[in-house]
Amino acid sequence: MAVFDLALCALILLAATAAVAGPGMFRAVVFFVVYGVLIALSWVRLGMPDVALAEAAIGAGLTGILLLGAVGRLARAGADEPEAPRIDWPVALATVAVAALLVWAVLSIAPGPGLAPQVAGMLPRTGVENPVTAVLLNLRAWDTLLESVVLLAALIGLWPLARGGAWLEPAGPLHHALPEGVLAGFGKLLPPVALLVGVYLVWAGASQPGGAFQGGTVLAAAGVLCIMAGLVRAPGMAEPLWRFALLVGPALFLALGVAGLVSGGFLVFPQALAKGIILVIEMFLTLSIAVTLALMVLGPPESGAAQ
Amino acid sequence: MTLYAVTGALLVALGLYGLIAARALLRRVVAFNVVGSGVFLMFGALGWHAGQADPVPQALIITGIVVALSASALAVGLVVAHARATGSQVLEDDAR
Repeated sequence: MAVFDLALCALILLAATAAVAGPGMFRAVVFFVVYGVLIALSWVRLGMPDVALAEAAIGAGLTGILLLGAVGRLARAGADEPEAPRIDWPVALATVAVAALLVWAVLSIAPGPGLAPQVAGMLPRTGVENPVTAVLLNLRAWDTLLESVVLLAALIGLWPLARGGAWLEPAGPLHHALPEGVLAGFGKLLPPVALLVGVYLVWAGASQPGGAFQGGTVLAAAGVLCIMAGLVRAPGMAEPLWRFALLVGPALFLALGVAGLVSGGFLVFPQALAKGIILVIEMFLTLSIAVTLALMVLGPPESGAAQ
Repeated sequence: MTLYAVTGALLVALGLYGLIAARALLRRVVAFNVVGSGVFLMFGALGWHAGQADPVPQALIITGIVVALSASALAVGLVVAHARATGSQVLEDDAR
């Protein structure tokens, strides 16, 4: 399989080069999506299916939609890339030096035992069987709690950029799709499947690859597709229900973390209740993640410009 | 698995080149994402021991991927707002 790994790494580097320095912004973004899928494949090769799912769904999927949307918006604002990037030799030489240092660092790190044995030892007490979910929602729950707050912070930073200051309008631009077009067709075909896959990923995350982030992303993608196909109206901050959906996951996570003080410390879940607590947190976190990611990808409201 | 760690190191350098050399702001957002996934690949591949993937780097990388998307979304929002205000996606200092 060494040939496969070599070919995969070569393709990854080629796709990344085309995305960073190739001509044409649209082509660069398309190459970036290809690059994301190839990176997801490399996670499969490294035996990390949870990361592969996250990379394919978020790194390639949602980031791709976000960047493609930006290419369109920039073109409409008359702000295309001024010219194809030229090779900047002084910078290229400096980054070759950085590359040499990093490769030297990678090769000089001696393999150690890692933390896998410790996690395996703790696993029976975490309430779940998937070690990655155990780390995310129990052993290192701090990181995940703060991450859900980071998502919210980014969204709060984004919304003041609404056009004309009309931040209560529905998210993103108005979407129109041809009634008989590909987008409208896919918009009807894919969401039921995506809903099933998303919910399954969250449920399976306790014992198999999957989890709140991967499942939430698939649900967000389904929602974005429905909105882009013009089938449903984009959510907006004017409706309290959407604000509730944004907040409920991190708020519940925080509340259960504080409740942990009774049993020994912040974010300490008693062994007997851990499975139930993690499942409840994952369910509501999935909802909040899905709505936050969908709003982020759609972007701040733009319909305010017409008024 | 060292091969993947070395690829990650090269991706970090490649993204760093784009971040400095590219003038179009959206291109810099793409380059920033390449740096990010290069770091993840280095981290993940180095956390691979004796045929077993370490769950701690995996969890941190998943967290990192989500944070990278939030940062990109905020960056894209600012780039678009800048372009609408000035009609260009190149910063004034870089245009000279």
